[in-house]
Amino acid sequence: MTESLPLEVRDVSKAFAGRKALDGVTFEIFPGEILGLLGPNGAGKTTPVRGVAGRVLQDSGGLSLFGLSPADSGARALRGWVPQEIALYPLLSPRENLWTFGRYQGLEGQALETAIVANLDWAGLSDRADERTDRLSGGMKRRLNIAAGTIHGPRLLLLDEPTVGVDPQSRERIYEMIGELKARSVSLLYTTHYMEEAERLCDRIAIIDHGRIIASGTRDALVRQTLGAAQTVSIETELAIPADVREALTKFGATVDGTKVQASVEDPAVQIREFLEIFHAKGIGIRDLALKSATLEQVFLHLTGRELRE
Amino acid sequence: MIFAVVRTHLARLRRDRAAFVLAFVVPIVFFSIFAGLFGSSRGGGARRISVAVVDEDGSENSRRLVAALKAEKGLSVVSGTIPKGSRSQTPFDRASAEAAVREGNVPLALIIPKDFGRTPIRFGASARRPKLELLADSSDPVAPQVVSGLLQGIVATAMPEAMARTGMEEIDRWGGGLTAEQRAKMEENLRVLRDRTASVTPAGGAAAAGLVDVQVRDILGETKKNPTSALLAAGLGVMFLLFSAAGAGGALIEEAESGTLDRILSTRVSMGRLLLGKVAYLSAVAVTQLVVMFVWGELFFGLELHRHIPGFLIMTVATAVACSCFGLVLAALSRSRIQLVALSNLLILAMSALGGSMVPRYLLSETIQKFGLVTLNAWAIDGFMKVFWRDEPIVNLWPQVAALLAGSLLLFAAARRLARRWDVA
Repeated sequence: MTESLPLEVRDVSKAFAGRKALDGVTFEIFPGEILGLLGPNGAGKTTPVRGVAGRVLQDSGGLSLFGLSPADSGARALRGWVPQEIALYPLLSPRENLWTFGRYQGLEGQALETAIVANLDWAGLSDRADERTDRLSGGMKRRLNIAAGTIHGPRLLLLDEPTVGVDPQSRERIYEMIGELKARSVSLLYTTHYMEEAERLCDRIAIIDHGRIIASGTRDALVRQTLGAAQTVSIETELAIPADVREALTKFGATVDGTKVQASVEDPAVQIREFLEIFHAKGIGIRDLALKSATLEQVFLHLTGRELRE
Repeated sequence: MIFAVVRTHLARLRRDRAAFVLAFVVPIVFFSIFAGLFGSSRGGGARRISVAVVDEDGSENSRRLVAALKAEKGLSVVSGTIPKGSRSQTPFDRASAEAAVREGNVPLALIIPKDFGRTPIRFGASARRPKLELLADSSDPVAPQVVSGLLQGIVATAMPEAMARTGMEEIDRWGGGLTAEQRAKMEENLRVLRDRTASVTPAGGAAAAGLVDVQVRDILGETKKNPTSALLAAGLGVMFLLFSAAGAGGALIEEAESGTLDRILSTRVSMGRLLLGKVAYLSAVAVTQLVVMFVWGELFFGLELHRHIPGFLIMTVATAVACSCFGLVLAALSRSRIQLVALSNLLILAMSALGGSMVPRYLLSETIQKFGLVTLNAWAIDGFMKVFWRDEPIVNLWPQVAALLAGSLLLFAAARRLARRWDVA
């Protein structure tokens, strides 16, 4: 008998007041995996998260956590949810907030006390544990928000844009926390509109737009499937590029704009050498040269014709 | 610049429906409520004072007095009670009339003593002056004064023959004595006057002060240190409990707005349990508020809490639970904190006006008094009055406790239903 996956979402559709928020969405999360749900604001990232959290009922399709319905009490214990909002009691201290959500998840006695101490330490809030939450910094509140969703030790954690509005230092601390969760084999569904975040943290990425998953896979697979193996070479010259050189470069598929040249290359070692030889022959000096792999931004642009805007 | 400020705020007022309601609708509603409560021109009618009448004399004069009392528009005469299991009325005697006053069934009982009919009227102070006894519940201090005044007028117009006879006797006494012929003529005229008035219904007429002695006995307040403090504490206490519960119930709106409610409902806590928890919390706060208020009343205003602790606790818990459920309904009904403030001001002030928290209900017409029973205030105040004013046994609190608890159940069910908007989308 095969073990149920931490999360299976099958052909889920949902409309609010006639407007389709999800349109046949399908994805799954494997044990210990981080799946990133990447898309612009309003793409439909939060609706599947709320569905898994048991707060939205799909119009059609199926949704299961470890083989259980989201409303099942077993699913509630196995699942943790960190909403996009700071969903905490501002007048309570971090310790009191963790006590509250620990109790709401059925923890009590020594188990609860141990979990509170461990989560305060994990979130780096031990020394601010008894201050009012509304007096903490934005980053601290975000970390406490995450800790409140993990106090009961869930096996599947839903993180809905957990770094929105967070300074770079706190963001790094949150990335560390997520790394520690992964080390504990917690499966994560992570929504974001930050491409770098998705590339850095997620094992697999599902790109969502207008309520539909338009591509999914590992970062490299997404790039390869969408844009092929090509990389981008960018060259900046010291002098304006003359017309004959421009003509020579365009034969190699390059675009030229003043002193800047950009081209897609599949064999960088050979093709860059060819470009450099052309410049050398004409006595044109090189100011800068860069080789970049294709980004998820380009993947999204390629798939939707739009930029992955913030 | 000033015009810009005015225009900006006018635009805000137009779009802020709650502020608009507070500014214009609430005053109109309250004007209408108070005009309805105290105005007698439309609906409800003027207030009639209920009086239990005991005729211990049974004479022609006393019967005529009772008939005149019954004809008085401002009074509602109750002559007896209908015992359980019986269809016929048992006339009041002194004890049962006093019990009716003590239980709050009537605010007054009039005892017409034996031999009243012989000399119903005397001018000036006299040992033979008849004494009507008025047993009063001074939680309604207006009723005994009104009825005492009415009695003077009623006696004068109901028994003109007795009045004339008294006058004749006074002339006989102070005027050097009447001749036998004068006396016979006067007797004949008095007989005619008596026969004529026997068939005439008195209309009340002007009061002739001092014709009869009315002895008012405050049978409930005579042993109390501060008779008004219990009524005040109960009335104001319930009103502020309602405000406080509505305000605290607003935490539900804050939880919904911050996303905390969604988060809670994704844990093992269901909406039903969450609301029950909130009722428990709000009730505990409300009980504490009432305890503090009544202890303060005992310490500084002569409210005898220590003598009534069991009844006080029963009424406090029932009232606290009912007010908490009401607060929860308001919170579940409102879309925002501002709406909650507008709605709670409107409903709680209206309930308090009707239910006796602002104005004692005995000042209102009978119809409005009955209508007031739809409010939690009326039941709570009645219960507290039974405890602190009437010293009734705890078992007698059952109608008030049952009404408050039934109200709590209904309100809780309404709150749960209204909270469905926060259930799964």
